[in-house]
Amino acid sequence: MSSVAQKRGFGATLWDWMTTVDHKKIGILYLLGGGFFFVMGGIEAMIIRIQLLKPNNDFVSAGLFNEIITMHGTTMIFLAAMPILFGFMNAIMPLQIGARDVAFPFLNSLGFWMFFFGGVFLNVSWLFGQVPDAGWTSYASLSIASEGHGIDFYAIGLQIAGGGTLMGGINFLVTIINMRAPGMTYMRMPLFTWTTFVASAMILFAFPPLTIGLFFLTFDRMFGGNFFDHTMGGNTIIWEHIFWIFGHPEVYILILPAFGIFSEIFSIFSRKRLFGYSSMVFATVLIGFLGFMVWAHHMFTVGLGPTANAIFAVATMAIAVPTGVKIFNWLLTIWGGSITVTTPMLYALGFIPSFVMGGVTGVMQGAAPLDYQLHDSYFIVAHFHYVIVGGVVLAILAAVHLWWPKMFGTMLDEKLGKVTFWFFFIGFHMTFLIQHWLGFWGMPRRVWTYMDGQGWNSANLISSVGALFMAIGVIVLVLNIIKTSVKNERVGNDPWGDGRTLEWAISSPPPFYNFAQTPLVRGLDTFWIEKQEGNASGLTPAEPVMDIHMPHGSIIPFFMTVGMFIAGFGAMFRLDYSWGLPLLIFGLLWTFIAMSLRSVKDDLGYYVKKEDILKDLKRKGGQN
Amino acid sequence: MADIQVYKKSPAEFELGQRRAKSAMRNQIMMFSLMIFLTLISFTMVTAYQADVAGFSKFFVIPALLLFAVVQIALQLYYFMHMNEKGHGIPQMFLYTGLMLGLLIPLTFVTIVWW
Amino acid sequence: MDLNKKFTPETWPENPEKATLEAKNKFVGFWLFLGGETVLFATLFATYLALKNKGPSGFEFTTQGLFELPLVLVMTMLLLTSSLTSVYAMYHLKNYDFKKMQLWLAITALLGLGFLMLEVYEFVHYVSLGFTYDNSAFSSSFYTLVGTHGFHVAIGLVWITLLIFRNAKRGLNLYNAPKYYTFSLYWHFIDVVWVFIFTVVYLMGVIG
Repeated sequence: MSSVAQKRGFGATLWDWMTTVDHKKIGILYLLGGGFFFVMGGIEAMIIRIQLLKPNNDFVSAGLFNEIITMHGTTMIFLAAMPILFGFMNAIMPLQIGARDVAFPFLNSLGFWMFFFGGVFLNVSWLFGQVPDAGWTSYASLSIASEGHGIDFYAIGLQIAGGGTLMGGINFLVTIINMRAPGMTYMRMPLFTWTTFVASAMILFAFPPLTIGLFFLTFDRMFGGNFFDHTMGGNTIIWEHIFWIFGHPEVYILILPAFGIFSEIFSIFSRKRLFGYSSMVFATVLIGFLGFMVWAHHMFTVGLGPTANAIFAVATMAIAVPTGVKIFNWLLTIWGGSITVTTPMLYALGFIPSFVMGGVTGVMQGAAPLDYQLHDSYFIVAHFHYVIVGGVVLAILAAVHLWWPKMFGTMLDEKLGKVTFWFFFIGFHMTFLIQHWLGFWGMPRRVWTYMDGQGWNSANLISSVGALFMAIGVIVLVLNIIKTSVKNERVGNDPWGDGRTLEWAISSPPPFYNFAQTPLVRGLDTFWIEKQEGNASGLTPAEPVMDIHMPHGSIIPFFMTVGMFIAGFGAMFRLDYSWGLPLLIFGLLWTFIAMSLRSVKDDLGYYVKKEDILKDLKRKGGQN
Repeated sequence: MADIQVYKKSPAEFELGQRRAKSAMRNQIMMFSLMIFLTLISFTMVTAYQADVAGFSKFFVIPALLLFAVVQIALQLYYFMHMNEKGHGIPQMFLYTGLMLGLLIPLTFVTIVWW
Repeated sequence: MDLNKKFTPETWPENPEKATLEAKNKFVGFWLFLGGETVLFATLFATYLALKNKGPSGFEFTTQGLFELPLVLVMTMLLLTSSLTSVYAMYHLKNYDFKKMQLWLAITALLGLGFLMLEVYEFVHYVSLGFTYDNSAFSSSFYTLVGTHGFHVAIGLVWITLLIFRNAKRGLNLYNAPKYYTFSLYWHFIDVVWVFIFTVVYLMGVIG
């Protein structure tokens, strides 16, 4: 593996990406995979909005509509938002803490392939014509009753993808705990690293319940379990609890990294230290903690009783406090700063009002009595799109623009970026603001169509036009990416000119060993401190140039996941065909053999020689 | 990571290490006996309850069983899994968070999962 | 890292499970994994408690009628003892006494195997009574909880067997020491879960 670029055949390149354990490459893979599923989910969203464009529409059938809304939700949460955020965590977080790689490069690669094959497994259901159709929450009574293999695709696909996410979470946690550069204390970590840490901890505790829930669902549907079948003594409420014990932390797993991204953006483009850094950290941890205590607010109307409802309502409202702390800190970071309104900053500025609106409607629903009115109406749809799109998706788009130069070495076009923003931002508010009123006017969520004369027509039309605007925004972004990739103007270490954290101190994209010398961290916003003190190289090294230990690439993660993929099909078709059970056993055996291979074959890594590093350094004129 | 630096302990250090390991091991055997003892008491209590021995009511036996279980877990964690040693701050933090949720989830399932 | 570097008891580091960065990562990562496993088992326990004794109308199985304490006591003793033997193995790991460590681990594995066989016997016995997996919500949740624990034991057995044989000729080094150590953590964790199973499922089940 040489750092000098050389022409290689397509096969060799493909092999390189399939076997890579380099966190930056895996980050790009996550971005590609997540981007692909984001487009899939986007197309599904467009179909939904076309169907609801006018009353009594029959653009898609009712059954297909159920499948599309289910896949839209599932794809966007599990296969688009999370993986794209994981992509940024992978690519940026180790750079921000001055690490050479993540703690478990092998697991990192395994996590990516599990996400990818899990996602493919879910979407292969379209080819079989048996698609999950019980909503992304897949409530048990409905999902047990659903015919065909749709829900089986959901349960097994998410099981595989969820396993990958859990691995990723543990990996990030250990990386942050063990591999920070000298001087990088916890309270000097950039906020994106902090939010990655807390979100990963939440993954660690939220995904095991999902694993169990999906296991129950799988066994109820395929192996004779009776967890949710009330005629056999089961209880469907258990699924709701388990799903939301996972599901509520999940939304914080999504939004916390988004908060981290915006914190970076605000302080970079206001040229100011983040206001109230320690209170930001505290708020992040507190949100992470409270995120586990509120799941039952999704179930107020189940009838848990007034005591339980009251407890969970109060806990829910409590979350508004640390979130409010964050909002004010961001505002005070901008206040008095020397602001440059770049594309990422534009997203960040647009994020504050959008997210506050989503948060406020969240508190409204947190009031249990009001929730009885709002439950299952379009108000809910409006609310969660305001937090997910207004928070997470805006953050993802902002991060794409912010870190694109760091990941690919070339700047996205600013003008097109702003065009994207305005289309997306206006389209977003157009689509979802009006849906609050649709909810008040009584339109239930998840309906296939509606009758004329209920006063919902023009609101739905406005909403659909807004969706078109968002689609145009995304298309402009794709054009932007194509254009800049073709132009390929290389940029330096700190393309925005105001980078504050360590990732901006090394070349874009960084060499595969990241830091030639591990940096010494002397405070919050290290790179900024070095720049202020006139250090041209941007780094104070903590060690002499030495041999660097790197892990070997491996194809085993890919094969391991293929085994699970095969086993998934085996489990699903076990009762339909005689080859089902053998296929299941074959797949499991395959996975097991791949795992044994991994544990039996020693993986000691290799060393990048000191001379090569010095050569690299010299080529870049002594710069990192 | 560069190669590990080998440090040769002096005879005195080596002796000390051995002595410490031995005393730790002795501790662990004691804790093991305690665990066996607690287990036996638990089973005996339940047997006594089954045989209707006076004084062994449900409301005494169940809390006692849970208490003993918690003590056993603490012994396992702190002695057998070495959580009493230095450098276990992070494991403690995450394990306790897990245990807290592990308490909360069963608690809700026995209180608000109804028919 | 050089696999062939030979140590003596004098040069063997105090904490071989944390001597290298890879080892430290493994150590912390495995503890975090155990934190996640705690929640996993908690969810299973919660479901079991919610579905205990629940079945279709006319369902006759109850925890009181089903469970037999002597078998559970034997299983508990086997698993607790295997916990102690793995502590012995770790004692010898720290003392750089490879042979004794392997021996104690082999004993641990045998005790674990004994436990697993008793559990299989128990399940077969219940099934022969008609208490099958698809019989009721109670049976599903019982087999899933106890079976998941049994599955963990089985995984542990495969893991330690692979470790013992893979390293039989190589002796201890800083590459495999953390692997042995994480196995012992895993094994103790299995024991922790079992303590709750025999208390909550069996003992409290018999009380009713």
